[in-house]
Amino acid sequence: MGKIDIKDMDLFYGSFQALKNVNLEIEPNKITAFIGPSGCGKSTLLKSLNRMNDLVEGCRIDGKILLDGQDIYAKSMDVNTLRKRVGMVFQKPNPFPMSIYDNVAYGPRTHGIRSKAKLDEIVERSLRNAAIWDEVKDRLKKSALGMSGGQQQRLCIARALAVEPEVLLMDEPTSALDPISTSKIEDLAADLKKDYTIVMVTHNMQQAVRISDNTAFFLLGEMIEYNNTEKLFSIPSDKRTEDYITGRFG
Amino acid sequence: MQGVFFLAACASVLAVALICIFLFANGIPAMSEIGIFDFLLGEEWRPSNNIYGILPMIMGSIYVTAGAIVIGVPIGIFTSVFMAHYCPKKIYPFLKSATELLAGIPSVVYGFFGLVVIVPMIRNYTAAQGIGGNGQTMLTASIILGIMILPTIIGVTESAMRSVPDQYYEGSLALGATKERTIFRIVIPAAKSGVIAGIVLGIGRAIGETMAVIMVAGNQPRMPQGILEGVRTMTTNIVMEMGYAADLHREALIATAVVLFVFILIINACVSLLNRRSEND
Repeated sequence: MGKIDIKDMDLFYGSFQALKNVNLEIEPNKITAFIGPSGCGKSTLLKSLNRMNDLVEGCRIDGKILLDGQDIYAKSMDVNTLRKRVGMVFQKPNPFPMSIYDNVAYGPRTHGIRSKAKLDEIVERSLRNAAIWDEVKDRLKKSALGMSGGQQQRLCIARALAVEPEVLLMDEPTSALDPISTSKIEDLAADLKKDYTIVMVTHNMQQAVRISDNTAFFLLGEMIEYNNTEKLFSIPSDKRTEDYITGRFG
Repeated sequence: MQGVFFLAACASVLAVALICIFLFANGIPAMSEIGIFDFLLGEEWRPSNNIYGILPMIMGSIYVTAGAIVIGVPIGIFTSVFMAHYCPKKIYPFLKSATELLAGIPSVVYGFFGLVVIVPMIRNYTAAQGIGGNGQTMLTASIILGIMILPTIIGVTESAMRSVPDQYYEGSLALGATKERTIFRIVIPAAKSGVIAGIVLGIGRAIGETMAVIMVAGNQPRMPQGILEGVRTMTTNIVMEMGYAADLHREALIATAVVLFVFILIINACVSLLNRRSEND
């Protein structure tokens, strides 16, 4: 059993079927990459894992998604608890318009932590884990919107880490960043997998090769191939995967 | 053609200029004749004895407006929250046009509504409490004004909340925050300058309102005694006595309008300051 098991999953936006019969097992403490051309459903699948798709009107899911064996779409599953356990980093850095400190403290405060000392500790630890502490420790009270894009994204990672999730979903976290910031985020992800299960959507195949352990390839809503990253990129078993990774389309 | 457009544009500027000249030319001499402190801080308004202190009316305007804010702001903000984040698509057009229609109702109709519906309710309440009174009170005026400023507050607040980027909203939900917490801790603070601008515009509308207030406020020219007592505002002071006032009395009323005008100027300055700040954000 994986950390997350996706079983016979179909997803519809109204009458449009965005995902077709996806079966996938996400291993704990690994980085799993979702690759595929735009519109293949990889982001949609990612957003199903913490139920952010609930916000999309007319979105309907069949099949099961299990987190530690628990159906996350079951009535008994509290969606806020789920999202605390399965954190998310978005494509575009989205720090809140408040101070760096308050950004990181927002999650713990949401989940009932009031003690200043405890919050200070969580903020420092989260910023350290996101490899940004040294850059911001002297301006924690300054607005987060004054940071560079790369710093903002690491802040968003710190913010996600502050609620102590088990799984971290990353939706093309470096697509809006420069190469240096990108490599910082990649190093960070590789570092974080000791403690977290990471699922990352990426447009960038080199990125998938560099940091992921397993890769799933999607095409037109179907999962074509899922394998160890090295194998998938060296000896793809499906012709379509081969065409995609050799750059014949997409 | 350009000349025609220019002349049209001049009309409003000219109107403001003329009103200013009229107000200040008539009001300032009266103020200096009465004595600026006696006028602004005097607690007695007895034109027959040539005593012209407008502090009761200044306080009356402030209290009634404050009451309107206490009543109108929470309802207005909650309504905007509902419209921007909870309202089913089918109900929305209905709700939107209802709040907009509220802005179009003439103030005399609000006054009549207050007189016929709210005044008897307050009168029954005070009678039951053994206080007496005819139901025309500060509270009555505040309730009516609270309703009148709703469309202003709702319109501005809702559009400010809608302009908050979705990514803030999603970012908060993704951390496991409830929808309510997300709205009150992330969306509203992010829309803060718009929300405050809406409130300030509401204050401007409330403090300048005349017809609806005169019909329900009691209009006694004395220092405000409590929320269940009658009160006179600056606007109603002018209307009540304008018809028969002459000489210094008439000029004192114009001077009251000068004070009101200064209040409105301050409020407008606040709004433009807020707008400028929100542009800089």
